[in-house]
Amino acid sequence: MLSLNNIFDTIEMIDKQHLDIRTITMGISLLDVICEDEKRCCDKIYDKITRQAEHLVKTGEDIESEFGIPIVHKRISVTPMSLVAGSTAAGSYVPFATAMDKAAKACGVNFIGGFSALVQKGFTSGDRKLIASIPEALACTDYVCSSVNVGSTRAGINMDAVAEMGRVIKKTAHLTADREGLGCAKLVVFCNAVEDNPFMAGAFHGVGEADSVINVGVSGPGVVYHALQGCKGQPFDVVAETIKKTAFQITRMGQMVAAEASRRLNVPFGIVDLSLAPTPAVGDSVARILEEMGLEICGTHGTTAALALLNDAVKKGGVMASSHVGGLSGAFIPVSEDEGMIAAALDGTLTLEKLEAMTCVCSVGLDMIAVPGTTAAETISAIIADEAAIGMVNSKTTAVRIIPVEGKKVGDMIEMGGLLGSAPVMPVHEKSSADFIARGGRIPAPLQSLKN
Amino acid sequence: MKAIVTVVGKDQVGIIAGVCNTLADYNINVLDISQTIMQGYFTMMMVVDLTLCRTPFDELRRALGDFGEGRGLSIRIQREDIFDAMHKI
Repeated sequence: MLSLNNIFDTIEMIDKQHLDIRTITMGISLLDVICEDEKRCCDKIYDKITRQAEHLVKTGEDIESEFGIPIVHKRISVTPMSLVAGSTAAGSYVPFATAMDKAAKACGVNFIGGFSALVQKGFTSGDRKLIASIPEALACTDYVCSSVNVGSTRAGINMDAVAEMGRVIKKTAHLTADREGLGCAKLVVFCNAVEDNPFMAGAFHGVGEADSVINVGVSGPGVVYHALQGCKGQPFDVVAETIKKTAFQITRMGQMVAAEASRRLNVPFGIVDLSLAPTPAVGDSVARILEEMGLEICGTHGTTAALALLNDAVKKGGVMASSHVGGLSGAFIPVSEDEGMIAAALDGTLTLEKLEAMTCVCSVGLDMIAVPGTTAAETISAIIADEAAIGMVNSKTTAVRIIPVEGKKVGDMIEMGGLLGSAPVMPVHEKSSADFIARGGRIPAPLQSLKN
Repeated sequence: MKAIVTVVGKDQVGIIAGVCNTLADYNINVLDISQTIMQGYFTMMMVVDLTLCRTPFDELRRALGDFGEGRGLSIRIQREDIFDAMHKI
């Protein structure tokens, strides 16, 4: 029997601690709409997406109303577009991005992911065309998100792709300079990308997935923060136990919503992504959880250890609560989207180097980081290479979502609005990595034994 | 289908009567009531059965919300499943 306390605990989590379902993402395969004619292919893409996701937003809203739990985003991910568009003779893949954008708007979702290429080992001609189309595609669409996988533990790192992505990010920032480089906020460079990620901007629908699938991302940094306030000064064993219990509750709710959405839409349930996804709202911050563990400010010594504990405990608590776990699963540390991270970066304690260390123990990577517009493409490539190396060696997903903001220098603030938040422009090393990036080729896959 | 109705607000005459009347208007049966005063606030939870209710959930939610608003009460109705999921293994 439910007690009065149980009921009001849940209501308080939703009302005061920002507990929500962060996203219901419908993955849609476009493998069956591949055809040689560009125009026809675009039409078929639009038709399939709008047919499959017709009721997605309405269903999400119904569940919100009936269960009283906010579902912040309803989104769509599709098969990596390089695979779909590769069959056509199109020189630019921008029309495919436009078709995705139109379909997203027709369905009422706020992002569509999958303008993507997987090039960890090499490029097809479709991959090259897609990557070359990214800057314009992100500049002329509103909702399309793009990702490129440049490395994996099994394949190593494609350094030609790493070099290319540095230039693509610069060009994307340039084409969206009037919006503070917003295009770069919709572009992720991955190592070990996952096929069932419900979170943007890196979501795409992998080729090993079913025709259509529902993936759900939960969230609740505020709930964990609140729970930890009840164990001040206690040893880490208590901290870990508390996080596990909280993560279990959050994930159970995510599982229930996922099952309900799947049943109503008659689309198979894929996974629940066990995540702590912050927002710029006060009280919804991952950084503040780390500080609650006893750090004066996020980024100081001890931050990596605190994050390792948090990330692991979230997964341990969440795994039992869901029948299928997947996606990125872990704590996110996007700087601009986390009120505490923004404060720590402004303070100067949270640096790019510390963030890099933090990405070794959490999901996902250097996320939503603004750097000066003068940053060289090779420097951005080198940052990507460092991050990909961490992912490759540690058999985990890492990513870079970095914004070189034209006309901005270290210390300036950029405002992207909404959940993308705001970020201080952070310093990068001035010394060049150009010769390193110019080498190209591949970094071989690492040894999986003799681990030290 | 079962749902949980929660009411929080300043204690006053006729809260339970008013909420029950509204529920009765929609053909909703009350299965259980639990009520207390928490930190000076009237706090109530009702388990209700919606089987015979023909009104769309959204409308029901608004009707209860409206009833509460005029009296300084926060009233909500949510499907029971969400609480079960979070508090029962």
